[in-house]
Amino acid sequence: MRVLGISAYYHDSAAALVEDGEILAAAQEERFTRVRHDASFPRQALDEVLKQGGIQLKEVDAIAFYEKPFLKFERLLETYHGFAPKGVRSFSAAMPVWIKEKLHMRKMIRKQLPEAEGVQLLFPEHHLSHAASAFYPSPYKEAAILTVDGVGEWATTMIGVGIGSEIRVLKELHFPHSLGLLYSAFTQYLGFKVNSGEYKVMGLAPYGDPYDAQTVAFRDCILDQLIDIRPDGSFLLNMDYFDYATGLSMIRPARWKALFGMEPRAPEASLTLGHQQLAQAIQQVTSEVMLGLARCAHELTGKNKLVMAGGVALNCVSNASILRSGLFENIWVQPAAGDAGGALGAALAGYHIGLGGPRMVGSARAANAPVAASDKMKGAALGPSFTDLEIRTVLDREKANYHYYPNPAELTAQVAQLLADGKVVGWFQGRMEFGPRALGHRSILANPRVRDMKARVNEKIKARESFRPFAPSVLIESAGDYFDVGAAGQWNAGAGECAYMQFTLNHKKSAPALPAVVHVDGSARVQTVNKVDHPLFWQLINDFNALTGCPVLLNTSFNQRGEPVVCTPADAYEGLLSMEIDYIAIGSYVLERACQEQKRINALRTFEPD
Amino acid sequence: MEFMKDLFLFLRTRKKFWMLPLIVLLLLMTLLVILTSVSAIAPMIYSVF
Repeated sequence: MRVLGISAYYHDSAAALVEDGEILAAAQEERFTRVRHDASFPRQALDEVLKQGGIQLKEVDAIAFYEKPFLKFERLLETYHGFAPKGVRSFSAAMPVWIKEKLHMRKMIRKQLPEAEGVQLLFPEHHLSHAASAFYPSPYKEAAILTVDGVGEWATTMIGVGIGSEIRVLKELHFPHSLGLLYSAFTQYLGFKVNSGEYKVMGLAPYGDPYDAQTVAFRDCILDQLIDIRPDGSFLLNMDYFDYATGLSMIRPARWKALFGMEPRAPEASLTLGHQQLAQAIQQVTSEVMLGLARCAHELTGKNKLVMAGGVALNCVSNASILRSGLFENIWVQPAAGDAGGALGAALAGYHIGLGGPRMVGSARAANAPVAASDKMKGAALGPSFTDLEIRTVLDREKANYHYYPNPAELTAQVAQLLADGKVVGWFQGRMEFGPRALGHRSILANPRVRDMKARVNEKIKARESFRPFAPSVLIESAGDYFDVGAAGQWNAGAGECAYMQFTLNHKKSAPALPAVVHVDGSARVQTVNKVDHPLFWQLINDFNALTGCPVLLNTSFNQRGEPVVCTPADAYEGLLSMEIDYIAIGSYVLERACQEQKRINALRTFEPD
Repeated sequence: MEFMKDLFLFLRTRKKFWMLPLIVLLLLMTLLVILTSVSAIAPMIYSVF
């Protein structure tokens, strides 16, 4: 049985295809349309996942949309009713869209997909989709489930339990009390874009001193005035300070100014110590809430494994705090934890719950593979790939100058040498990742031991803020030499791996310095690279290790600020011409920027800041 | 018709028949907005997410 999952019309549209419980393909629409966080119907992503699956739309048994539009509409009406007469402007802006289109989601999907006439349509709840995306692909037969995001229909937080192919919802917190929206409110107050800049707040937080009096005062202020955390892990927000329930903003700026003594930061304005301390404070509170929720999940379910999804599950600092608490033996976080992953969750919920499909835990290849490779995400490499012939056709069309390395060992040796020489290389190999992280398929790579590499990649190449950290990709066999992984089985996401950059780990003081990838507080958002999911990437790091004695590479997504991660060879070549990357390796082809036609080399392109 | 059936089933399941007059009113308003070209992509209103 095949189920197609769709998320659309809010942000991060995506499509995913599941066959008999196996994830065949998943991709986010923004990668094809080149519009960041594209919310439009994911037609191109959908066509691509069907192509990857080798099937036509009419061969699908069901299509699952990732939430229930009627239930969301109920929340809207009750919220406006509850806050009336406030919210008239917001109401009049929202209602035409809903009445004209969103309430008719069934009809809209049928209209978009006329080929799927007669195919069953399913509408799992938003948080059930997140829960399904977390539990079904995980390597666990049974697990506690925690999903936390901005808001779905009503739920903003859900605790459940997964047993076999069944998911039971045990507790929910409802709108407007939302940890995701609280974090988004601080994102807006700190001058970043909501639904986009949350990870910048997370990256900014370590610059604040956790023990400084100002940070402590901010934290106390948040806990006293903004959020009431209850002993059972639940929480209530003080809506006197928030405008998002019915307004056109997240916060009430005058009240926030009175509370924190700072004007809301204007976008792109300089960052002060106060902003850093406030980011630190909200990060501490977020971790505290997440820990309380995890404790509640543990008490309610009695399980020793936890799976997580929802946008807040992308907060790797909070995830790490749960990991370190020792509440659970293992934690697995869906790499596409945000709404794009809802498409995958909807497809999996459609298959296992809607159609009653059985669940097999672990993939066949797991017998001789690292244990974390027994999840069903295939290293999150679920998107499109391109053959050497397809790549060459594009490069010839672009009149590109390239070297061809038909032998993968030669390719990795050559690229490893370039990286060892301090060059920055775009690495475009195999299937594109699903989820926000580049995991060695659409990555920009560099030598992490070079002191000024962070500034160079941030400012010259990606055109982004200088405070933003980069992630290290480390050979799984060497992870313990460089990062504080704790006792085996305690830190990992499935017995030995942080395969998807979902946790921060501390860099060992005794290990060689890695200035470009270790954050100011000594932490790093580690990706452990295993040979099964990423054989070529593993080989590249191994070759780099042989040359330098360092089994770690700086790994960041192959895009510049405001641009979606590259999808096709043409996108990558455009990146080479416009970003100051020294080389790119696309499939078996290596291209040097300096060797391309000089008249084609451009300045950085302009994208709307993210 | 499929929409009306879905709507009825929803209101019955959720026991939210008090919403019916409001929804009918809003549906009538559709006549007013039907000629406008409003995208299904929501405006940036956080309560809509």
